Amino acid sequence: MLDLLWLIPAAPFASAAVLLLVGRRMPRKVVATLGVVSIAVSAIVSGLVAIAFIGSPPPGNAYDQHLWTWIAVGGFHPGIALYLDPLSLIMTLVVTFVSFLIHLYSTEFMAGDEGYARFFAYMNLFVASMVMLVLGDNLLLLYLGWEGVGLCSYLLIGFWYRDPANGRAGQKAFIVTRVGDTSMAIGLFLLFHMLGTLNIQELMARARADWPVGSGLAIAAAALLLGGAVGKSAQLPLQTWLPDAMAGPTPTSALIHAATMVTAGVYLIARTHVLYEIAPAVQLAVAIIGAATLLLAGFSALVQTDIKRVLAYSTISQIGYMFLALGLGAWSAAIFHFMTHAFFKALLFLAAGIVIEALHQEHNIFHMGGLRRELPVAFWAFLAGGCALAGLPLVTAGSYSKDWIIASASPSPALWAAAIAGVLLTSLYTFRLIFLVFFGTARTPVSKQPGVAEQIPVWVLAVLSIVGGSERPAYRPFMAHLFGATPKPPEALSTIAAAAAFFTGLVCAWYFLRGDAPATNPLARFWYAGWGFDWLYGRIFVRPVEWAARVNHNDVIDSMYDGLATLARFVWRGLALTENGKLRWYAAAIAGGTLIFVALVIFL
Amino acid sequence: MILLALIAVLIGGGMVAAVAARWSAAAARWISLLALLADFGLGLSIWVRSAGAAGPWLVDADYAWLPQFGIRFHLAVDGLSLLLLMLTFFLGFVSVLASWSEITESVGFFHLSLLATLAGIAAVFLAVDLFLFYFAWELMLVPMYFLIAVWGHENRVYAAIKFFIFTQLSGLLMLVAILALYFFHHSTTGVYTFEYADLLGTALPPGTAMWLMAGFFVAFAVKLPVVPLHTWLPDAHTEAPTAGSVVLAGLLLKTGAYGMLRFVVPLFPDAAHKFAPVAIVLGVIGILYGAILAFGQTDLKRLVAYTSVSHLGFVLLGIFVGNALALQGALLTIICHGISTGALFVLVGSLQERIHTRELGRMGGLWATTPRLSGAALFFTLASLGLPGLGDFVGEFLVLLGTYRVSIPAAAIAACGVLAATLYGVRLVQRAFHGPNVHELRLADLAPREGLVVTLMAVALLWLGLYPRPVTATFQPAMDRVERVALK
Repeated sequence: MLDLLWLIPAAPFASAAVLLLVGRRMPRKVVATLGVVSIAVSAIVSGLVAIAFIGSPPPGNAYDQHLWTWIAVGGFHPGIALYLDPLSLIMTLVVTFVSFLIHLYSTEFMAGDEGYARFFAYMNLFVASMVMLVLGDNLLLLYLGWEGVGLCSYLLIGFWYRDPANGRAGQKAFIVTRVGDTSMAIGLFLLFHMLGTLNIQELMARARADWPVGSGLAIAAAALLLGGAVGKSAQLPLQTWLPDAMAGPTPTSALIHAATMVTAGVYLIARTHVLYEIAPAVQLAVAIIGAATLLLAGFSALVQTDIKRVLAYSTISQIGYMFLALGLGAWSAAIFHFMTHAFFKALLFLAAGIVIEALHQEHNIFHMGGLRRELPVAFWAFLAGGCALAGLPLVTAGSYSKDWIIASASPSPALWAAAIAGVLLTSLYTFRLIFLVFFGTARTPVSKQPGVAEQIPVWVLAVLSIVGGSERPAYRPFMAHLFGATPKPPEALSTIAAAAAFFTGLVCAWYFLRGDAPATNPLARFWYAGWGFDWLYGRIFVRPVEWAARVNHNDVIDSMYDGLATLARFVWRGLALTENGKLRWYAAAIAGGTLIFVALVIFL
Repeated sequence: MILLALIAVLIGGGMVAAVAARWSAAAARWISLLALLADFGLGLSIWVRSAGAAGPWLVDADYAWLPQFGIRFHLAVDGLSLLLLMLTFFLGFVSVLASWSEITESVGFFHLSLLATLAGIAAVFLAVDLFLFYFAWELMLVPMYFLIAVWGHENRVYAAIKFFIFTQLSGLLMLVAILALYFFHHSTTGVYTFEYADLLGTALPPGTAMWLMAGFFVAFAVKLPVVPLHTWLPDAHTEAPTAGSVVLAGLLLKTGAYGMLRFVVPLFPDAAHKFAPVAIVLGVIGILYGAILAFGQTDLKRLVAYTSVSHLGFVLLGIFVGNALALQGALLTIICHGISTGALFVLVGSLQERIHTRELGRMGGLWATTPRLSGAALFFTLASLGLPGLGDFVGEFLVLLGTYRVSIPAAAIAACGVLAATLYGVRLVQRAFHGPNVHELRLADLAPREGLVVTLMAVALLWLGLYPRPVTATFQPAMDRVERVALK
């Protein structure tokens, strides 16, 4: 069974290729079937692979499938090879399964769109790239997937290309994440130069053997990879692209900008966790970045007016939790939160899509209201997803994963406090959103109810958001093979504190955050604008580069050659003047020349 | 014999095409196409037969020419020149197809010029007698000059003259260096010879070696081009007809890279080694400067032209870093840049044929009306900005990987060049193909002939991006020799 592994990326890739080449000439039914079935194949194969893997674990608890040697130059032999272990297995399962649901949803959501085939082609290509990212056994192949998902993200954010604003959002996402990717690429150079391979398992073994804890090289390598991770996962200081990325179609936001791609940074750090263990300084930085990001984004989510931007800031904040967990060495907790977050955040986006569709593309939550009875599906979905997101204790998946992270933070009071404050913020913005959209008076009439293809994924994800945390007892030992058996942190106090924060947020949201108009005080505006990062980066990066390109548009070096040409023409003109056909001039010139020569001969 | 045939087929084909064009323009095109196909087949047969061949040359053809001066008509191929020849014939084939409807005047003379240019380029890659090399080097310029000056766009004469002056002057420096090497070799061994193998290892005083190396370097640096000798390039590329741009970017620039690998480093290893830090800095500057210039352009073709300055910076960097990774990376970049940039020029040419402008401001939203053309342009732009899975990525990644071993700052700054490529890449896509179709353009999408061209090129880039090993394995023996010399 395990040898079917290659099919997981191959099926969506093949389908993407077909759709890109001939999709425009296919009937919509065929496009949809191809787009969904290819992902279904991936999901089923990963399910079968998971059963085989868990049923009879391969030796070493890992399975390597070498397809072909990609490059073979001077001691550098990265392969196109897939590596399956508990970590990549969980990731692959979640990615393919959630992708399948979102593709199914898209068949209805995108039904009227002229770019139907293009949409499914990009989405399939995304899934193929994401699976490559997760399954690649070396960092170069991971980088291939990494760039592939970045490309699909760019293409899908700007999917409705006629509006230049969407194009700008896509460009911003691509460029900002590629800033991080550049750092990551340099990290790969360093790792290959020092350790002589990019195969992840060998790298980790050699790093552990060659580098003492706290060595400068380990710190540099971990920090450079972290640069890539914060770019892709929209963490400080490269978080600015994700809110704008909401310009893409809602299924895209659900799949790429909530459930899967944005957690690639979390995966990268978990995958190379050995490196962070021998670079404690960087690991601490990961925790601090996570804590700071989860608070910053939480405050921004509190004052947004666009339903998708609230969710986008929420995603940034939740990934902040995952980074916090990574920084605390709670690797399994981070991946567990990735999983539950994939369920409830995908659910929230899909439900938001239903709302937006029903209200004629209305995004502003202050123009919504009273939808509880008009759109019951969306309401119950939002309630389930929102409770999981905010962490309704004991009932929802989100509370299990988040409490685990909070409990892991208990050795550090500051980080623990940040995590608890994050719960309060999450609860506040989540219930503000739910109250504004689904309670109160209706402001916009509902024009469309979701069909079956949209409802099935929503119900499935709603159930998963509630019960998806229950397998934690089985999950822990499964991951322990990889991350080592960490003692279970005492959770009682954290759970109680988180529960208190949750209910405080819920009550405060009901009493204080159901106003008719968005807050307009300066602080709210500052948070609304994402703490001024866009403004700052515009001043120090964007404008100078644009200015330099504009000013030097005609290439200053070329003007030097032009100067040379002008000089030559000037000299030529001067010399041409002397050739005027006047005998007296010639005679004078001859006499003058003779005089100079004679003088030279005499005096030198 | 087969090597002589490679050149003869091109020149013969060009002449027949020129004559045939008196009756039928289509005949001239078909004849040129067949000639290039024949050469491609011949090249392929050499490649297949020579797999695993020992010795420095895979095929060798040596004829007496002017024996009293030690000049021989000596042609030979190794893995390096063989693959560059394959690229030459491939891009030649593409050029003929790309000119099918663009060139309507003096069709016969056009194909003669095009094939003569290609013959000159092939001879440059084949010649291992330095006199013959110089002869071919100068010969390829003349028909190229005509391609720009006769069939070019608005400012063609200015561009053609600028191109000619830059290359001619720098070529003269190389001639002086070749002659000086020739006489030095005679003064130490008593033999007059232009033979490459004999001139290798000529003992030179260090100062002299540096000067002679500089003579070669400048000639190749103008071609490559190395900043600040690059300013002929945007004009020539922009003003040339599509076939001219493809040949310029895909091949003519590569003769500069070839010259550095074949002559500068092996003939003057010590001087080249001493000079390497300068060249590395120049390469890094070129990468960033070219990218920023490309970002600032409003003429689509000029934008693409400047990207060459950036990409060829990677090639210069790779050559002078000189380890196996960087050298192979430079070679892969040479091949892949030829294909990806060539394809972009083909697409820009198709676009110009349809809307009669190259100004980005006159485009926008083209995806709505020409999805195939736009999709193809997106594909090759992605190749150009180094998307993994496509050939350019492998080349540039290997160069950077190799560079890191020599200089961490150079590798880090050059890596930012890839980031800069993202800037001009997404700008190109946004301005031309995305956004609203403000000018309400309604254009014909790619015709089957154009579709065939870009499909071939896209498949080649995917192949090079996912399985470049046949190419790197063919380069390997030649690169081992360069690396050995460089490390000596």
